[in-house]
Amino acid sequence: MTPLSRLAGKPWIWSWIAAFVVWFATIMVTGGASTLGLSQAAFTFAAFSIIVGIGQMFVITLGPGNIDLSVPATMTLAGTVALKLMNGDNGMIVPGLLVAVLIGLAVGIGNYALIKALRIPPIIATLSMSFIVQSAAIWTNRGLRIKPPSFLADFTTSSTLGVPNVALVALAISLLAWVLLEKTVYGRWISAIGQSMAAARMAGIPVDGARFVTYLLCAVLASLAGYLLACFSGGAALNMGSEYLLMSIAVVVIGGTAVAGGDSNVPGIWGASLFMFLVVSMLNTYGIGAGVRLIMTGLIIISVIMLAGGRRTGMR
Amino acid sequence: MRLRLSSDAVRLVIPALSLTILLAAVFWLQPRAMSYFGLNLLLNLAVPIALATIAQMFVMAVNDLDLSIGAFVSFVACVTATFLRDAPLVGTLILVSAIGVYALVGVVIHLRNLPSIVVTLGMSFVWAGLAVLMLPAPGGQAPDWVRWLMTAKPPLMPMAIVASIIIAVVAHLIVMRSSLGVLIRGVGGNERSVERAGWSIVAARAAAYGLAGLFAVAAGIALVGLTTSADANIALRYTLLSIAGVILGGGEFTGGRVSPIGAVIGALTLTLAGSFLSFLRISPDWQIGAQGAILIIVLALRLLLNRVEKRGARP
Repeated sequence: MTPLSRLAGKPWIWSWIAAFVVWFATIMVTGGASTLGLSQAAFTFAAFSIIVGIGQMFVITLGPGNIDLSVPATMTLAGTVALKLMNGDNGMIVPGLLVAVLIGLAVGIGNYALIKALRIPPIIATLSMSFIVQSAAIWTNRGLRIKPPSFLADFTTSSTLGVPNVALVALAISLLAWVLLEKTVYGRWISAIGQSMAAARMAGIPVDGARFVTYLLCAVLASLAGYLLACFSGGAALNMGSEYLLMSIAVVVIGGTAVAGGDSNVPGIWGASLFMFLVVSMLNTYGIGAGVRLIMTGLIIISVIMLAGGRRTGMR
Repeated sequence: MRLRLSSDAVRLVIPALSLTILLAAVFWLQPRAMSYFGLNLLLNLAVPIALATIAQMFVMAVNDLDLSIGAFVSFVACVTATFLRDAPLVGTLILVSAIGVYALVGVVIHLRNLPSIVVTLGMSFVWAGLAVLMLPAPGGQAPDWVRWLMTAKPPLMPMAIVASIIIAVVAHLIVMRSSLGVLIRGVGGNERSVERAGWSIVAARAAAYGLAGLFAVAAGIALVGLTTSADANIALRYTLLSIAGVILGGGEFTGGRVSPIGAVIGALTLTLAGSFLSFLRISPDWQIGAQGAILIIVLALRLLLNRVEKRGARP
């Protein structure tokens, strides 16, 4: 098996190829003038989708029906409360981060409590939870616009050695997630649960514990993304998480993670997140109106999934 | 002597009970709602939601999930308020081909073995884009016959209730009493065995998606009849509402276990929950949250009832 054909067998390679093609098509139009700017913007904006996407990926790995719809609400609440606590003070950055993480933990616990205690399908449990969290966010946000601490605002909007800082954070989280998924027993557990929950239970895997940790992880990553996003955009807004609901699901699936569960990969999330941002900026560069842009985005998502999905089933 | 209920009927008990309790609570808070006019006002927005919920139910019956319903209903609303009024023939043609596209999506999902969530997610962008192209700003006007239909005042019962009953009965006949309905539910229950029995799964999926498209078109038209004009974002929240409605009505995500009557009741419950909360004078900040809480309470009730049902079945 040559290295090239082995590469072609990886489920994540398609999202990377798609992202590269779109990137190339965009810089060709601008004559290469915006190459650096476009790449930096892509990595910056993709970083947020990557962080929430990784959380969603762990949840989707758990198998059919597992999905976390509370991601946007958690992002909003964490961003709002953290900014309110920090109140623009550089000394409060760590407590702000802790509060954001605590909110994530609380939402995660709430989500899994509903799923387990009431035996509600995860979609509905996380949806009901997100209503409540969203209400809490509206209640705390009420007509206030607090600027993030100057250090955090600088950190999230600048780059180190040409790489945006938020992308570095996303990289660190991705590495951790990759180790967790590929090298630890927990990663094997959730893959096993995703392939067959009954078999996993028979094999003595602590199914409930593993699922609980996964929902916790997803909510914490969402709150972290909310914290960073609020600092990046100079304040928390009530609708700041809304686009990340569909985004988090889309990047996971375009990235080559099986929706049926039990088979996931981290690099694909990067390719897909870059791809999703680059598609929109490519269509913007071409000067296409909002309506056509939406239609094109939709058709491109469907074509990518048809190409990638078709190949995977062909291989099995 | 104990009454023996079929498991389908037991499935309906909780949705019906929660709707009754909610309705009683609304009447208790606001006795004036207990009239022909009041009931119509309370429930008329439930008609398009009920239709969208039935549409979602068809997709859920074949173990898929449609995330594009909200965008699609908005698209239909835009077509209704523009083409269907100004050029009825073109408008009808657009809507019929839209239903065709829906069936085609079902075929593509099946043939390429794709996750329905992602394909319908992609389609939601397409429908939203088409809607924005047609109506960049809110506007348009409902065709007169649609307006007449939605504001009609039948004797005895307000239009909202008559319409809900008709929707429930029609959907019940299709899903529970026709051979197509059995086939669709069979695909949800055990695809392989239906295939081995000689049925075409592709055709069944296409039919399920096509029927979903048909009911979603009806939802869009009904919505414009109530609002009189349309907007590209008018029904985006229908996606989540419709899923919640199906689940509230006793449906499940897998196994082809759905209940059309329950779905309509679920949609009515969700609509009433909104009015109930505003009658309670809950601060608008917490209204969405309280809606979430109602959803949780109803589902907790269902769990309780399922336990009772199991205990009853054991001896």
